Amino acid sequence: MDTVVMARSLFGTSLGFHIIYATIGVGVPVMIIIAEILHLIKKDPDYALMARRWTKGFAVLLAVAIASGTIVGVLISLLFPNFMEIVGQVISLPFQMEIFAFLIEAVFMSIYLYAADRLPPSLRILSIFFVALGATASAIMITDVHAWMNTPAGFDLTESGEVTNVDPWAAFFNPSFGITAMHVTLSAYMTVAFLIGSIAALRLLKRNLSKQERNYHKKALMISLYFGAAMSLATALNGHETAQMLHEYLPRKLAGAEGLFETTRYAPLSIGGYTSLEDQEVKYAVEIPSALSFLAGNRFDTEVKGLNEYPQDLWPPLYIHILFNVMVGIGSILLVLSFFALAWKLLLKREFPNWLLALLVVGGPLGIIAIETGWCFSCIGRQPWTINDVLRTDTAATKSNSVGILFLLFISLYLTLLFVTAFVLRFYFKRNPVSKELPQAES
Amino acid sequence: MEASTLAITILWSFLFVYSILGSLDFGAGFWGMVYGKNKHTNASVIANRFLSPTWEITNVFFVILVVALVTFFPFATTMLGSLLLVPVGLGLILLTIRTTFMVFAHHAQKFKNILRITSGITGLMIPALLVSILPITLGGFIEFENGYPQLHYGNLFKDPTLYMHVAFGLSTELFISSVFLMDYAKEADDWSAFQTYRSHALWLGPVSIIVAVLTIAAMPQEAGWIVNKIQANPDWFIVSLIFFLVGYGFLFVKRYKEYRGHPRPAVILIMLQYGAAIYAYGSAHLPYLVYPHLTVEEGFTNPTIFYQLLVVYGIGFAILIPGFILFWKLFLKDRRYLKQE
Ligand code: HDD
Ligand code: HEM
Ligand code: HEM
Repeated sequence: MDTVVMARSLFGTSLGFHIIYATIGVGVPVMIIIAEILHLIKKDPDYALMARRWTKGFAVLLAVAIASGTIVGVLISLLFPNFMEIVGQVISLPFQMEIFAFLIEAVFMSIYLYAADRLPPSLRILSIFFVALGATASAIMITDVHAWMNTPAGFDLTESGEVTNVDPWAAFFNPSFGITAMHVTLSAYMTVAFLIGSIAALRLLKRNLSKQERNYHKKALMISLYFGAAMSLATALNGHETAQMLHEYLPRKLAGAEGLFETTRYAPLSIGGYTSLEDQEVKYAVEIPSALSFLAGNRFDTEVKGLNEYPQDLWPPLYIHILFNVMVGIGSILLVLSFFALAWKLLLKREFPNWLLALLVVGGPLGIIAIETGWCFSCIGRQPWTINDVLRTDTAATKSNSVGILFLLFISLYLTLLFVTAFVLRFYFKRNPVSKELPQAES
Repeated sequence: MEASTLAITILWSFLFVYSILGSLDFGAGFWGMVYGKNKHTNASVIANRFLSPTWEITNVFFVILVVALVTFFPFATTMLGSLLLVPVGLGLILLTIRTTFMVFAHHAQKFKNILRITSGITGLMIPALLVSILPITLGGFIEFENGYPQLHYGNLFKDPTLYMHVAFGLSTELFISSVFLMDYAKEADDWSAFQTYRSHALWLGPVSIIVAVLTIAAMPQEAGWIVNKIQANPDWFIVSLIFFLVGYGFLFVKRYKEYRGHPRPAVILIMLQYGAAIYAYGSAHLPYLVYPHLTVEEGFTNPTIFYQLLVVYGIGFAILIPGFILFWKLFLKDRRYLKQE
């Protein structure tokens, strides 16, 4: 592999690793707030226990989020120095603000973790609130940089490639910032809700649970279903607007996502299948006539640009169609699943049967897959550009000849950590099962 | 002050803060390892009690340092990125192992031992890797291939200056952390730990000064420029030495019960000592970021964004200061935390 490919793979893998833990870092504090508030309102000790146990798991996962975040934060400068040269001149504000968000989170996380017993409940909820605020703000800030890479703004380039006329706030509020930040935040909340639901559902599938344990897990599952249903609806609605943003600002990416070659009105939406270059169409797909045009512009006669508008060396890889479909597919499945489960409970007023619980177990992992495919779609769909229409990836990357060994070392590190985090969490929660911590169980 | 000078001063201040926080963090990890198995003293417990709530904040300061560097000096990323790829990359791997294992240790007590050793060893290796950046920026180890800078590892590893810098970094790390932990032990009324750390501070202090002088003396020819500038302008180094002598003297003042040593002023003076030394070293380093290829001015971003960044810093720290105060009260002052069993 040449250095550029290696640098891209190393960075992409590192982000793919970081985002698993980062997403959890964004979502879990919100779930903890919900449990803390329910405890305050209902005075039910189960919710306090929930908050405590989630916090324990969170502390382990946050450590990996922080460590891997430190890695990507430094690697981005090491591997893409020419990119950072422009970032530093134009879009450094969100990078900077992100750090303050981290500091807020770090300070209050320590307070919540190690001083909770010395604080009154109101101050405790306030500190976990600041943890959630810090995590979400940091996600929004880093997403701002990503959005700016898609829809760059706030500067001009001279003939010789120098940056001039810098307007930091125009760069900050670049066209896709709001919508993208929203999508990232909502999808993180949604994924974590389903992850917590997965764990609760998995426990409920066990046979010999005591009544108290069963109740405890049911409460956790219901929180995750309510929150997950709301967030998946919001994610889907907002995802629709994100697609319209692509139509307006990044038509090449939309054409790649949908495998559309010719510019057309009444463009059909292709679901599934793969994009074939020879046949210039998506093979084995289900086509819904005119749906793409409608999605893009809310009218069936909207003109949607096709790939053939652009020289072929500016096309994104055609497989992004699959990545896009997986994300949207999972979004739709989880939306239906959560509303169906809620209806089952609220309208039929029946217990969850095992097959439904089994489906819910899969929800969390599906959410993670959607996050991964969504990000890969967005970053790979931008190729061959790192900054859209401004800086090509092969120019942005380092030319240092030592990327190879680092690549192997980092991959081994990630694999080890995936394994070790799973091991530590299992170890901890096996030693400290809910049954041992439930207050009633002792009496 | 010129904007670029202001920027490098701020960057250098972050470096100062991180070198202190890092010394405390990594040093505490090392002492935690050394005294982990020792039943006669609580030195390890004290070290770990300090580490638990603080490592996250220390880590953020590392990120602040990196982000400040690339946002203030974006034109330095190409050179620094390729020169530092391997040392910093390895440092990151070790840092990750350390961070994660330390937190894991809390949740899996059974594996405390290997985790403690990891934290201790990485507590020495990470600072060693980080200080190895200093000699690289002094010149002599950089080669250009097709107009692109590459680090010449052979020369670097053969040169004693690398090892002197590492020795300097480690001795200061252990000195600062032992004096600080003395103070922390005093707050916790733990006199056995206090005595342990005092005895280490006593020998590490003079050693760190001797190593510092030797490091400057052993600079290679290529770094002659900075030695000359240090000799031409020694005032702040002398101030630094005075801070050291007074601070060290406080370790002998009799204050508490039958124990000698007054750690609070000692810690403050020793931090001032390093502050003065770091600024003196920094101003001798000017105008170069990387000698002789890159100056501060050449690396600097445009003033428009620089002043916006300053505004963000101002607002950011203003919001955070109440948080830091609360943090200080809860973990460095509150006896219920310090003295828990
Ligand atoms: C649980 C995760 C999840 C789910 C269910 C969805 N998304 Fe998504 N999507 C993401 C997680 C995500 C993401 C990982 O967060 C991305 C990657 C980059 C970004 O801004 O958000 C993303 C990007 C992204 C983009 C590309 C933005 C860009 O490249 O700038 C579009 C057009 C959509 N999404 C549209 C949708 C639609 C129409 C969905 C219908 C349900 C949907 N997403 C569900
Ligand atoms: C949009 C995807 C991302 C999300 C949602 C995200 C979110 C998070 C979260 C929740 C943390 C937890 C630690 C904390 O807040 O203290 C974290 C850490 C971190 N992330 Fe990410 N991150 C993302 C991508 C990135 C990227 C691309 C970079 C760098 C270019 C980055 C840099 C960092 C750094 C430096 C840290 C460690 C900060 C510390 O020391 O506490 N992140 N991130
Ligand atoms: C955290 C979730 C993310 C994932 C999983 C992800 C995934 C990827 C992948 C797979 C690549 C390689 C693309 C290729 O070269 O073909 C890449 C490149 C890149 N991404 Fe992302 N990305 C994420 C978030 C971000 C964010 C938030 C930023 C903005 C700071 C960002 C900045 C970059 C840069 C600078 C590159 C390298 C240049 C390039 O290949 O265009 N990424 N990412």
